[in-house]
Amino acid sequence: MQLNAILPALMPGQEEPSATLPILPYLPELVFGLIAFAIIYWVVQSKVVPNLEKAYAERTEAIQGGIHKAEEAQAQAQAALEQYQAQLTEARAEASRIREDAKAQGAQIIAEMREQAASEAARLTDIAHKQIEAERQQAIVSLRSDVGRMSTDLASRIVGESLHEETRQKGIVERFLAELESGDVVREKVGSKGEDA
Amino acid sequence: MSFNVLASTLGTMAPAEGFPPTPEIFWQPLFSVAGVSITRAMVVAAISVVGIAWWLVATTQRAAVVPSKGQFFTEGVYGFVRNGIAKDMIGSKDFLRFVPLLFSLFIFILVNNLFGIVPFIQMPTMSRIGFPIALVLVVYVVYHGIGIKKHGLAGYFKFLVPGGLPGWIVPFIFVLEFITFFITRPLTLALRLFGNMFAGHMLLVVFIVGGWELFLADSFFLKLAALPAWVLAFAFTLFEGLVQFLQAYVFTLLAASYIGGALADEH
Repeated sequence: MQLNAILPALMPGQEEPSATLPILPYLPELVFGLIAFAIIYWVVQSKVVPNLEKAYAERTEAIQGGIHKAEEAQAQAQAALEQYQAQLTEARAEASRIREDAKAQGAQIIAEMREQAASEAARLTDIAHKQIEAERQQAIVSLRSDVGRMSTDLASRIVGESLHEETRQKGIVERFLAELESGDVVREKVGSKGEDA
Repeated sequence: MSFNVLASTLGTMAPAEGFPPTPEIFWQPLFSVAGVSITRAMVVAAISVVGIAWWLVATTQRAAVVPSKGQFFTEGVYGFVRNGIAKDMIGSKDFLRFVPLLFSLFIFILVNNLFGIVPFIQMPTMSRIGFPIALVLVVYVVYHGIGIKKHGLAGYFKFLVPGGLPGWIVPFIFVLEFITFFITRPLTLALRLFGNMFAGHMLLVVFIVGGWELFLADSFFLKLAALPAWVLAFAFTLFEGLVQFLQAYVFTLLAASYIGGALADEH
C-alpha cells in the first residue's frame, strides 16, 4: 500500500505544517488526545478504581480477619491447655491426697486391729482368770469337804471312835470352816494361807 | 521472523521519496471526516482507548478477593502506579484521589508507546506532539488547580518562593520558580515524551527501511549488509520497548511529583 504516495493525490493542495515541522501540534490530534484520555479517565475513575479499591479493602479485611481468627484459635488452645494442666495438677493433688488418706487409714486400721487384738487378749485373759477363779472356788469347796473329812478321820483315829456321826450332827467342821472364812480369830492365818493359794 | 515482517510492512510503507526517512513519515492522514484529516496516530489512539477500556472493565468488573489471572495482571499494574508512584510521590494522605488520573496516564501512554513496536500498528501515538500536549495540559491544569485551591491564588505564588531567603534574592527566585512551574515543567514533560517516541521510531525506521534499501540494491554485498541492519533493528526494537515503558513511567512519576509538590505545605 503506497499510502504516502496515494495520499497527496487524495488530498491535493492540503498543506499541513506539522507534516514538515513535527514540533507543531496538529490540532485535531490534540483535541482527539484530550477526548481519548477523558474516556480512559472516565472508565478508570468510575469502573476500575472503585472495584480494585474494594477488592483491596476486602482482601486486607480478609487477611486481618484471618489473623484475628487465628489469634482467637490460639487463645482458645492456650486456655484449653491451661485448663488441662490445671485439671492434671488437681488430679495429681487428689491422687496424692487419696494416697495419704489411704496411708492414714491403713495406719488407723492397724492401730484399731492392734487395739482390738489387745482387748481380745485382755478378754481372753479375763476369761481365763475367771475360769481359774471358778476352778479355785470349786477346789476350795471340794478341799473344804476333804479337809473336814480328813481332819474328822484324824480326830476319830485319835479319839478312837468315829466322830463322823457327831460332827455331821453338830456341824462342827462346817462351823469351823465358816468361822475360818468369816470369823476374825484365825482369819489372818487362814487369809494369808488363802492368799498364798 | 518478526523483523522481516516488520521490515516488509514498513518497507512497503516507506515513503516513495526513499531513504533516508524525513519527519514527514509521521504525518499519515488516512481519511478525512468533514474536512478534518484523521491521522494514523488518531486511529491508533482510538484503538488503544477501546482496547484499554475493554481490558480494564473485563478484568475488574468482578474484582474478587482471590483474583483471576486478568485481574491479577491489572492489579499488578494498578498497584505499581498506586503504591510505587502515587503513594511515594504524593504521600499517603492525599494520594488516593489522584490514583485514577495517574493510572489513566500511565496505562494510556504505555499502551500507545508500545503500539510503536506492535507489528502492523507500529505507530507510537506520542510521536505526534498533539497527544503529549493534550496529556500535559491535563496534568498542568490539575497541579496548578490543586495548588491554587490549597494555598489560594496569592498564596500559591507566595508558595513558589521557599521561605527564609534574604529579601533582595526573592524576586529572582520568584522569576526562576515561576518559569519552572509554568513553562519549563510542562514543556519538558511534553517534549521528553514526544522526543523519545519520535526519535525511537525514526531509529527503527532507519534500520528497517535502510536494510530494505540495502536489500534492494543491485550489489550482492550490499544485499548481505541488510542482514546486520535488520539484526540491529530487532535489537533496537527490544531496546525501544524498554524506552517506551520508561517514558510512560517517567511521565507518570513527574506528574505525580508535580501534584505532590503543589500539595506540599512548604516549597
